[in-house]
Amino acid sequence: MNTIKLAWTYMRIGMLNELQYRANFFIQLFQSAVAVGTGLIGLSLVFGQVDNLAGWSRGELLAVMGVHILMGGVIRSAIQPNMERLMNDVLNGTLDFALTKPADAQTLVSVREFRFWQLTDVVVGLVILVVAVTQLQAKMEALQIVAFVAALLMGAVLLYCVWLMVTSIAFWVIRVGDIVDLFQGLYAAGRWPVSVYPDWLRTGLTFLVPVAFAVTVPAEAMTNRLTGETMLFALGLTLLFVILARVVWLIGLRSYSGASA
Amino acid sequence: MRRYIDFYLSSMRISILSQIQYRVANYFYMIGMITEPVIYLVVWSTIANQQGGIVGGYTAGTFAAYYIVWTLVRNMNIVFTPFGWEWRIREGNLSMELMRPMHPIHNDIAYFSGWKFVVILLWLPLAVFLTWVFKPTFDITWMEALVFFIAIWGAYLIRTMLLSLLGMITFWTTRVSAIFELYFGFELILSGRLVPMTLMPQWVQNLSNYLPFKWTFFFPIETLVGAMSTQELWAGVGMQVLWITIGASFLSLVWRAAIKQFSAVGG
Repeated sequence: MNTIKLAWTYMRIGMLNELQYRANFFIQLFQSAVAVGTGLIGLSLVFGQVDNLAGWSRGELLAVMGVHILMGGVIRSAIQPNMERLMNDVLNGTLDFALTKPADAQTLVSVREFRFWQLTDVVVGLVILVVAVTQLQAKMEALQIVAFVAALLMGAVLLYCVWLMVTSIAFWVIRVGDIVDLFQGLYAAGRWPVSVYPDWLRTGLTFLVPVAFAVTVPAEAMTNRLTGETMLFALGLTLLFVILARVVWLIGLRSYSGASA
Repeated sequence: MRRYIDFYLSSMRISILSQIQYRVANYFYMIGMITEPVIYLVVWSTIANQQGGIVGGYTAGTFAAYYIVWTLVRNMNIVFTPFGWEWRIREGNLSMELMRPMHPIHNDIAYFSGWKFVVILLWLPLAVFLTWVFKPTFDITWMEALVFFIAIWGAYLIRTMLLSLLGMITFWTTRVSAIFELYFGFELILSGRLVPMTLMPQWVQNLSNYLPFKWTFFFPIETLVGAMSTQELWAGVGMQVLWITIGASFLSLVWRAAIKQFSAVGG
């Protein structure tokens, strides 16, 4: 309960902060439009040549793109800013300020930042998804939407766990700023369904950086491809990653030596 | 002249020594970067195979060659970013560089070109890996190799000029990120970074002929991957020289106006 209250308080502060800069909304909207535009151009180049890509139709790939943009918005509003701050705190020794507060440190470092305007991408992603589903003329059942939301939530938790584990490397290596680039690069792979990729890459995108579960699985829920087994598997993997992330965080924290705060 | 050569050599040495310290960080960056072409490559070789082996003149093998060379060209294309310019102007760090008895662009060019040696060294194992996995088809003559070596440095200089000009917009307005993103969107489409230009609709190809972008991606890659005549190869280098000259002229022109706008405390 306390965790939720804490997260909500920080979220509200983050929102109030950003609401002061309304013009940023339009800048964000413009940037989303550029991203959507280049994505659509990419799709139209592909479908200028073929009418399906490894069995995925144009509408289905549009749905994947929608989920990718939506999840990208979640990452950039709630996950990435917190992890970047954590990296800097470890580098500068200012993590002391979080550690001395009377709350669970992992929770605290995971909720301190919230970028409200980045949620624009969540809305844009949803719009694209709705367009895609309409194009597919698929009838949506309530169960499908529940599965979609559940898959999305598990995907977000999985991505958070991986971010936290990799950011924890900072406790040993110190300079890890480039991890942001690594993640953005790997996340970009989620633009296409993971079944397109060769085995070794698909395995990496499933178990190392679970882009497969964050983007492809929710998209499968919307395009009638999802099976119960996949959902169960996703649930199991999510639980495993939550525990792993906790362990890595705790071990890493032991190596932390705040030198200069 | 002597003074400049000394400065360049020392700056390059410093950047090599400092970047080699951050091997892990550099590798993180490079692995993240390499997923982009791998995605394009996988998508387009899937399409080529679906189409009976060839699309727009490219087979799975030549796509592999294109996107593997892409990774080196992309690394060469990394220059001091417009976001760096924004930071340097906003935070006032530019003040310090103005104290130097030469244009700050020299420091950027020298530092990043030194870094390239570290990057190429780290790139080699990745190239071997990608070659092993994707089995590219190459047919390289010594002339193509020579022009490629020149063209990647040409691309580096053109992109330095373009991105510096872009970054210098920050002298007039601080809301620049949207402009940068728009620029990168155009570059993605018009440079050959997304797909080889020959896969683009004809009008896009025509448009790209009048713009500098394709000389920073498509041309250097095609020197190795495509089958250009000796004349075409050197004409391409000529176009690069032209764009470097145009870029440098604009840069010095804009710089003179921009520096009057600059005011900073500290830095």
